[in-house]
Amino acid sequence: MQEARNGRYVRSYNGLWLQFEADSCNLSPATKGEGFFVADEKRLMGPDDIRRALARLSHEVVERHRGAQDLVFVGVHTRGVPLAHRLAGNVSRLEGVHVPVGVLDISLYRDDLGRRASPVVHPTQFPVDIDDKCVVLVDDVLFTGRSIRAAMDALMDMGRPRLVQLLALVDRGHRELPIRADYVGKNIPTAMSEEVQVRLQEVDGVDEVVLLTSATAVTA
Amino acid sequence: MSTLQPVAEPKVTQTGGQCRRHLLDLDDFSPQEIEAVMETADGMREVLGREIKKVPTLRGKVIVTLFYESSTRTRVSFEQAAKILSADVINVSADSSSVSKGESLLNTALTLQATGADFLVVRHPHSGAPYLMASHLERSGVINAGDGWHAHPSQALLDMYTIRRHLGRLAGVKVAIVGDVLHSRVARSNLWGLARVGAHITLCGPPTLLPLDLLRGAGAEGGAYLPDTVAVETDLDRALDGADVVMVLRLQKERQQAGLLPSLREYCRLWQVNPKRLERAKPGALVMHPGPMNEGIEISPAVAHGSQSLIEEQVTNGVAVRMALLYMLAVPGREEAQR
Amino acid sequence: MSGEAILIQGARIIDPSRGLDRPGDLLVCDSLIASAGEPVDPASLPGGSRVVRAGRRWVACPGFIDLHCHLREPGHEHKETIATGTLAAARGGFTAVCCMPNTEPAIDSESMVEYVLRQARATGCVRVFPIGCITQGRQGKVLAGLRELAEAGAIAFSDDGNPVGDPHIMRMALQYTVGLGLPIINHCEDHSLSAGGVMNEGWVATRLGLRGYPAAAEEVMIARDIALAEMTGGRLHLAHISTAGAVDLVRQAKARGLAVTAEATPHHLTMNDAWVLGRRDGGAPSPQPLVLSAYDTRTKVNPPLRSPADAEALAAALVDGTIDIIATDHAPHAITDKLVTYEEAAFGISVLETALGSLMGLVHGGLVDLPTLVHRLTVGPSQVLGGRFDDLATLRPGTPADVVLFDPDEEWTVDVGQFASKGKNTPLDGCTLKGRVKLTMVQGRVVFDGMGGAI
Repeated sequence: MQEARNGRYVRSYNGLWLQFEADSCNLSPATKGEGFFVADEKRLMGPDDIRRALARLSHEVVERHRGAQDLVFVGVHTRGVPLAHRLAGNVSRLEGVHVPVGVLDISLYRDDLGRRASPVVHPTQFPVDIDDKCVVLVDDVLFTGRSIRAAMDALMDMGRPRLVQLLALVDRGHRELPIRADYVGKNIPTAMSEEVQVRLQEVDGVDEVVLLTSATAVTA
Repeated sequence: MSTLQPVAEPKVTQTGGQCRRHLLDLDDFSPQEIEAVMETADGMREVLGREIKKVPTLRGKVIVTLFYESSTRTRVSFEQAAKILSADVINVSADSSSVSKGESLLNTALTLQATGADFLVVRHPHSGAPYLMASHLERSGVINAGDGWHAHPSQALLDMYTIRRHLGRLAGVKVAIVGDVLHSRVARSNLWGLARVGAHITLCGPPTLLPLDLLRGAGAEGGAYLPDTVAVETDLDRALDGADVVMVLRLQKERQQAGLLPSLREYCRLWQVNPKRLERAKPGALVMHPGPMNEGIEISPAVAHGSQSLIEEQVTNGVAVRMALLYMLAVPGREEAQR
Repeated sequence: MSGEAILIQGARIIDPSRGLDRPGDLLVCDSLIASAGEPVDPASLPGGSRVVRAGRRWVACPGFIDLHCHLREPGHEHKETIATGTLAAARGGFTAVCCMPNTEPAIDSESMVEYVLRQARATGCVRVFPIGCITQGRQGKVLAGLRELAEAGAIAFSDDGNPVGDPHIMRMALQYTVGLGLPIINHCEDHSLSAGGVMNEGWVATRLGLRGYPAAAEEVMIARDIALAEMTGGRLHLAHISTAGAVDLVRQAKARGLAVTAEATPHHLTMNDAWVLGRRDGGAPSPQPLVLSAYDTRTKVNPPLRSPADAEALAAALVDGTIDIIATDHAPHAITDKLVTYEEAAFGISVLETALGSLMGLVHGGLVDLPTLVHRLTVGPSQVLGGRFDDLATLRPGTPADVVLFDPDEEWTVDVGQFASKGKNTPLDGCTLKGRVKLTMVQGRVVFDGMGGAI
């Protein structure tokens, strides 16, 4: 989800406070680290690739858990949520049981508050008690690991699961914390100057994974 | 993404980050920003519903409430919001501090900033006091918790949030604001906020409790600064006609003593919101009051505690909305500010 | 020609006292005007004489006379002194200032008048004429010794800052001074209407949630005073009128042939209440958000900055003579008096050093012509005081050389840090004005030289 603005692209993920009126006095315009000149965009996965990756991941989860007993998918807002629903749907079809999906908002647990626009906080919703459940955290892109750290803190405030595992559609490397994924859809080696975006039908109207290269990286 | 190029040099905040540093009034809020506050307040209500009402969001932030006027609900509401978000809260009231020794507002504010306060939540009897502070503070953010007759933005946002929760929208909603409009910061902030999201507002009160420029109508020089969705009415029945929401303002009894009203009896008869008058509004119209109420004066007990009253829910929503505001205002840490 | 002479060459000479407006030279010898308008050959001057070559379109005219300013001495020397205030006056082109008696103690006795005159002789660099109180201690209750004050040197009477609220006392003041030729200057403000008001009542006050001070609070008392002046035959001068309604009242009184005069200030003529919002424009109502610099306490003044329509009416009245003079109401304050909320802030603007620059805005805007403006700053004040300063308000040869030379077109940015006045309280700080004083002379002595190396 990108908007062209004054000739530059400002990344606008779900919930980012949008641009405010520039003439207003006590606001600072735009953002740091949230936008950059996009020099190049390369598609790494299409709809079929994503569908196949999720099908394989569903099988892996079922295999590892020997079924779907006590399994809960918890999607990390925003794009982890539709992914969790798709995975739960796959697993339900495979195993013939209903698999609940939780929604986790990690905004209140982030460690970068004040460094950028505060994203809108959404209610965290769990249809079932997660005490003693096997929780599979679902996120779109695994990068520094900081979001997952926040997600685990948020999760622990909601109950005491028996087991927590991590599933990411894309692992782009560059971890800053001792965190790894238990299930990975696709490993994509990247440079720091690049960005991986997962776009999903439910949020963005299209299923794809793209690699963005910033202008600085190109000219450098 | 630390290596990505910033899109613009920040103006107010020392680091980047699209942060609003001060909350002074709603006049500079965009509809999107108001919507963002409303949505985030939903998320905060979820936290309020948890068994353990505590999240680590504002750990290490210091929030000072500085009240030059007595207040229970606003101060407690901010304090609770800050504590649920794990901020440290220090309460300063004017009568137990160096304020009573004659220290000026500005010096008090600078002192509190020097002690490391990230936010000053200020209430002051003089309009514009938060602007004075904000224009001289380099590091602390200023949150206006009510200044004179001018503004009370967090109250207006919680009023709007309450309406939105019940009606599902704000655009096109017809709101009657009834009572002492002239002296009301709540009316003023609601006016800006509600107008910004497309609500229709009717201000109603005795002619002596309406600003003269509004009383003389939009045709006069005055009206042009207001959105055209604002109407002024001195007749309560006409103001309530078809209203979705009735917002009742507090009437200070001193107004009668100051000669602005002939008698409280006459005020009650003509402008009190009671069950009979409320029939003019839409069936099930929402009734709100910023508190504290003078039951039997501006609002009858039957309405204040009736089925249409949201007055208690306003208080609960106040905590959620103020959590949302504190969260969204989160300032950069001190090291970053020095950079 | 014994002493040194000063020749101003090639200026536009404006002398409203003689209807003179022509390019020419101005020669000052022995502290007197020697000639004005006639060409002077520099070679004919004695050695040691100074020749000032005026720039293109520069104006030489009689020094300005300010009928209304606050020098704060004695009692408030942290805000201003006669020394700093008169220096500010010189920088503003004023060669004579009349100081209001709201000092501590108030100038309500012969000894206080004498004190001010003595201080002025010792420390002032322009002429200072004290105004005495109307009532003792400016309390509005008992008349001060008006005739004794006059004998001591007071040139007018005023309780400025306070109105004379009691109509009976006002009547007595006007009646007691009949025949004296000195005006009673009233600050017209009906306190029961203005109580607590800090700015003009109107949309801006509503917008800011500030208590309004309605135009009627001023007009009600003006109407009263005009009736009392008519009844008594007393000499009434209305201080700092600020509203269109006040202008109408004065116009009607003059049409009836009453000896009523009125002044307006540069700020009421050129600013409006939208300046309180931090705006610096025409003041049209608009819904734009407040900026951090709203509630600019430097705009707080009594009477308050009024609506744009009021400012327009004042300018028109200045042209048609309904408003006789421009007076600064220079009201210096300490920084701390303004670093507070708008409600707490002191009333008053430091005006002397920006007066010409802001008034020239009226000329450049085509509202007033330059000779009229000069008239309202020179001949006008002299006439209000019964003609006693006619020698100061003219360039007639043989009169004292109180002269100002200014460039009507020089653009400069107001920097209060450069003010001679202790009062840095002006919302014009940082604004660019067009029109600047270059040289001020009192009695042939240069008291301000703004020409740097150009001489």
